[in-house]
Amino acid sequence: MDSGKTFRTAFTASIPVLLGYLAIGIAFGLLVVHAGFPWYLAPLMGIIIFAGAMQYLTIGLLTAGTGLAEIAAITFFVNSRHTVYGISLLDKFGGTGKYKPYLIYSLTDETYALFTSLDVPKEADEPEFYFFISLLNQSYWVCASALGAILGKMLPINTEGLDFALVALFMVLALEQIKKSVSKIPLFIALFASVAVLVLLGPGNFLIVSLLLSIAVLLFFKRRLEE
Amino acid sequence: MTLHVLLSICIAGVVTVFVRVLPFLFFRKREVPGVIRYLEGHLPPMVMIILVVYSIRNIQWTVFPHGIPVIAGMILVTALHLWKKNPLLSIFGGTVFYMAVIQLALPS
Repeated sequence: MDSGKTFRTAFTASIPVLLGYLAIGIAFGLLVVHAGFPWYLAPLMGIIIFAGAMQYLTIGLLTAGTGLAEIAAITFFVNSRHTVYGISLLDKFGGTGKYKPYLIYSLTDETYALFTSLDVPKEADEPEFYFFISLLNQSYWVCASALGAILGKMLPINTEGLDFALVALFMVLALEQIKKSVSKIPLFIALFASVAVLVLLGPGNFLIVSLLLSIAVLLFFKRRLEE
Repeated sequence: MTLHVLLSICIAGVVTVFVRVLPFLFFRKREVPGVIRYLEGHLPPMVMIILVVYSIRNIQWTVFPHGIPVIAGMILVTALHLWKKNPLLSIFGGTVFYMAVIQLALPS
């Protein structure tokens, strides 16, 4: 199978992600300009960060004037699921050679979902096939967020309520993760810890305190959960 | 765009690359330390639940409309997602519903 054919197969396989990124990416671009940032910040974040949920989150953190160390810690915990993805792809990425750095850098939730559910066409060059999928997915995301940001600048769109896209995105990611979780106890730890932090401390510093508290409680129950 | 904004984005970017590279740098399949495996196994769903609570942290429960549109939207997202299992449809449906409620039914 030549590169052109591999590319076309990769494109067909990536269409669900194209549709998803188009919607969430346009919404992201709209929110970026809505928050008062220049339009090019949207595609720039898609290149520098390239993690949808974290990018949505970053807009809020930037508006709140969050410190750099806190942003680093939040990014680490929020994106720690990507480490899990990596662990399960150690074998699959083993023989990808020159494509490997890009495949690792561009591994999002959606790309991971494709890699773990797709059958690579028999005749295709596997590393090249993965590379095309990753590259296509990132270009959808960057273009969609640029499009959303430019539309938001040019058209008088009433974006009131659009920020619900963030709630919906996190809900969907949570539902997917809950479905896969072996034990339900950590879910309750996270729910109780975060609600307690919100009630007791309010919304300021909510994220980092909830994350650290949940991890502390999780470590405390290590022995019981491992039985 | 200020320097702080640019720095923040770069830091988020560097840390994101770091968590993605981490397993490839340090682990072979069977050598992942126990504590890390324990945390990595349980943390992702916990983070997502915390993020859901985070995303609704600014709701004023005591003031009209008491967060009802958000809760209704969240129920719709959950129902759509359990029913159709299509992330795009769940996010899109929930957001359109919420925007319609906020802009048409409860104009400020």
